[in-house]
Amino acid sequence: MSDDAAVDPEREARNARFIQRFMDGVPHLKALGIGYQAHGDDWAELILPYSPSLIVDDGVIASGAIFSLMDSAAGFAVFARLKSMAGHATLDLRLDYLHGPEPGVTIVGRAICYRLTSSVAFVRGFAHQGDPARPLANMAGTFMYGGAA
Amino acid sequence: MSLEAMRERLRDERGTLDMLPYPALLGLTFERDIDEVRLRLPFDPALIGSPERLHGGVVAGLLEFAGLAALVLALPDDAPLPTLKPLTATVDYLRAGGMRDTFAVATVMRLGRRVANLTAVAWQYDHSRPIATAKLNIILAAVSESEPAG
Repeated sequence: MSDDAAVDPEREARNARFIQRFMDGVPHLKALGIGYQAHGDDWAELILPYSPSLIVDDGVIASGAIFSLMDSAAGFAVFARLKSMAGHATLDLRLDYLHGPEPGVTIVGRAICYRLTSSVAFVRGFAHQGDPARPLANMAGTFMYGGAA
Repeated sequence: MSLEAMRERLRDERGTLDMLPYPALLGLTFERDIDEVRLRLPFDPALIGSPERLHGGVVAGLLEFAGLAALVLALPDDAPLPTLKPLTATVDYLRAGGMRDTFAVATVMRLGRRVANLTAVAWQYDHSRPIATAKLNIILAAVSESEPAG
């Protein structure tokens, strides 16, 4: 899933490995098993593989784990849009849980940073389990960046 | 149902919430008095999301569980628990969560027949300097009620 016209698969794979190594260095992403999927100029996609350790009730993944996935994807989308790993901080983040996640199935979290002001990044996105037309959660959030973060 | 196990555990004055995998992963514990149940998230390096800061999702997970615990205790003690489904969660991040224990308490603002509205607050060393607040809406579905069409 890349928006670029000319894609060098080897270069893509190298980038993906580099980003995954960076993410493995973030303790809580590693604890939840959150992994890298893809990104573009202003968006990012991360995955949360199913794990029994994330269950809250009757085999269902905790909404808190989905919140972590979406917060991470949103932060990544801000990095992508800013083209910088400069510090930023979540100001607020809202999730609407549209239906319960299917047990045993990986959750994909996609976020896009659709507007930047001099200090605020606006992000929206959604989580799904294979069919983006049937999202299980919708996300909207804002981040502060630069000196304000 | 495992929320019944959580209600059972919350009858004690203090304890852990390790009967459910996700709160066990976070290491959540609780202390309860007549008025409220206070959750504690002991600091652990696995909770870090960026250098020297707790991951925002960890704080959200703590706030959501404070809400769940407060709601479970607000529901009639002598009736089976309805199925509780998170509907919306809105978290305001006020200060960075540092590498120390975090606490959270939730208040049931309205307990309706089908939906409960809660607010929750999380802090570290000073209750008057919260690191995050949340607005939580939770659907109550009778155990026999069928799943709404997704």
